[in-house]
Amino acid sequence: MTASHTTGGRRLIDLVPHIVLIVGVLIFAFPIYVTLIGSTWDSATIGRGNLPLIPGGEAFNNYSQAWSESHGARASYTPVRVMVLNSLVMALAIALGKIAISILSAYAVAFFRFPFRMAFFWMIFITLMLPVEVRIIPTYKVVADLGLIDSYAGLTIPLIASATATLLFRQFFLTIPDELVEAARIDGAGAVRFFLDVVLPLSKTNIAALFVILFIYGWNQYLWPLLITNSADMETIVIGITKMIGTGEAANDWNLIMATTVLAMLPPVAVVVFMQRWFVKGLVDSEK
Amino acid sequence: MATVDIRNVRKSYGPVEAIKGIDVAVQDGEFLVLLGPSGCGKSTLLRMVAGLEGITGGEIAIGGRVVNGLDPKDRDIAMVFQNYALYPHMSVFDNMAYGLKIRGIPKPEIQSRVAKAAEILELGRFLDRRPSQLSGGQRQRVAMGRAIVREPSAFLFDEPLSNLDAKLRTQMRVEIKRLQDRLGITSLYVTHDQVEAMTLADRILVMNHGVAEQIGTPLEVYQRPASLFVAGFIGSPPMNVLDGRIDPAGAAIAMPGGAVLPLAAPRAADAGRAVKLGIRPEHLALTAADAPGASSIQVELVEALGADTVVYGRLPDGESLVVRMAGLPACREGDRLTVAPQPGALHLFDADGGRRLAEA
Ligand SMILES: Nc1ncnc2c1ncn2[C@@H]1O[C@H](COP(=O)(O)OP(=O)(O)O)[C@@H](O)[C@H]1O
Ligand SMILES: [Mg+2]
Repeated sequence: MTASHTTGGRRLIDLVPHIVLIVGVLIFAFPIYVTLIGSTWDSATIGRGNLPLIPGGEAFNNYSQAWSESHGARASYTPVRVMVLNSLVMALAIALGKIAISILSAYAVAFFRFPFRMAFFWMIFITLMLPVEVRIIPTYKVVADLGLIDSYAGLTIPLIASATATLLFRQFFLTIPDELVEAARIDGAGAVRFFLDVVLPLSKTNIAALFVILFIYGWNQYLWPLLITNSADMETIVIGITKMIGTGEAANDWNLIMATTVLAMLPPVAVVVFMQRWFVKGLVDSEK
Repeated sequence: MATVDIRNVRKSYGPVEAIKGIDVAVQDGEFLVLLGPSGCGKSTLLRMVAGLEGITGGEIAIGGRVVNGLDPKDRDIAMVFQNYALYPHMSVFDNMAYGLKIRGIPKPEIQSRVAKAAEILELGRFLDRRPSQLSGGQRQRVAMGRAIVREPSAFLFDEPLSNLDAKLRTQMRVEIKRLQDRLGITSLYVTHDQVEAMTLADRILVMNHGVAEQIGTPLEVYQRPASLFVAGFIGSPPMNVLDGRIDPAGAAIAMPGGAVLPLAAPRAADAGRAVKLGIRPEHLALTAADAPGASSIQVELVEALGADTVVYGRLPDGESLVVRMAGLPACREGDRLTVAPQPGALHLFDADGGRRLAEA
């Protein structure tokens, strides 16, 4: 009697957080679900304003049209296949570029003694306070004068050029014991070998985590790509989606917008899912 | 294999002088232990030999070649660190092989050298493991393996056993000794543990505040400590140190408590001089009350260790005196004992500088 009572009570205690979590998930997942469903109906059904909550039969048409055609029923767009490629190039360049710059500058600051070392460190650190939005006008001028408008270089370099992850890598490098550095010196490893053979492998988990964060940061860039890309060939998918939603002069191709949105979500999701394996591996290996 | 010559070596950190001029010539194949309390500069001296620390003054030569300006990798030394300093992401094999790979040694040779070291150190089963999958003792063996495969002119050890528990430490100490006997490689070994020093060393360099207090074999250091510092540092429990004065005839020492300890050899030259008198606890023995040099002590604490017993007592004038006796003598707190030093077991030190007085 008492035993069943306590298990009953415990079950209730277990239940409450579950209910809270389920409600939370529903709140976050519902809009995504609606988008997913919307991408399977035709434009007229969505336009009528009462979207069914079960999948319709237009999925193939909507997705193939969004993926490869440059015009919908009511307006013309850049095909998703072009925009995804642009976004992918931008996000990868930003993530990899920032990681490369940050890890190298952190390596210099953490492992070498040179004049004005801390001054350099603080200069790098201050770039944290100067995101693209703050320096956008001078940056635009520079990029325009260099003739980099409508180019991948113009799209990515100004976003790479801040070593925001330097601090993170430096903190991690400071946890690498001095003895390890000295053992490598005695083994005969120079600065480059030590970096490649020891520091880089030990940073694997950190790099994976940063890659995810920076890839999504790059993928979601809006203001800078909006300024720097004029031709449809250079459009990124975030820009493309906002352009598809018209200003009210014409009705929207909601079916295509929703299909495009779903496609825009896939690469970041793929990166998270794929990189998760590396985090778990890093944790399981329990390498210092 | 080579000699290591340390000539008037100094090290300053800014205004602080950590090493104040040390001279020692380590023979080919010799095992030299640097012994001293924490902060006395042992690691600094070793790291200067390794090339990890710049040399402020003096000269270090390995195998007759002055190495002051050389990088660690060009000094032909190998070092074993206190925290093992293994590469955490590499297998045991790769940890040992890494230095050889960098040196461009051919693969088959690396294979055979690592296999040989693994056999000596009984690491054969663990070659594929990561350091995190090994116990402390095994990690320390990998660290030694990494040093062995290099076949260096000299081994440098910086407190390699201080992270191990007492039992493992004893075991590894024996292994290190056996290894060094077998390989015969010149070794410099830093420790603050006198037992490690006494058991491992061919010679001990006792350091204090950046100077060498004494350089000698373990027995010399124990039997003829060159200073009060060495006398107090070597031996457990430490040597008793009492004030005394050599009598006008130079034949005995008068103690403040009234006891008169006869000297084995008369010291006419030092007649009337105030001295510090050292007596090891194990050199005091129970005696009859009227024996020469006898003092009575009041027992305050008895530590029965089994094989021997340490008695903490107090002399009539209030000075404390520690006596170590074999076996389990019947004595308790509050008892009165009469003890006297064994003949020839007195150490005399200058009352001012603490240096040992020249033998009479
Ligand atoms: N990098 C350094 N900067 C300033 N002082 C140091 C440095 N390294 C060691 N010292 C000082 O030098 C002295 C000797 O240190 P160390 O050789 O590590 O002692 P030990 O190994 O005998 O414990 C200590 O007083 C220590 O504070
Ligand atoms: Mg030390």
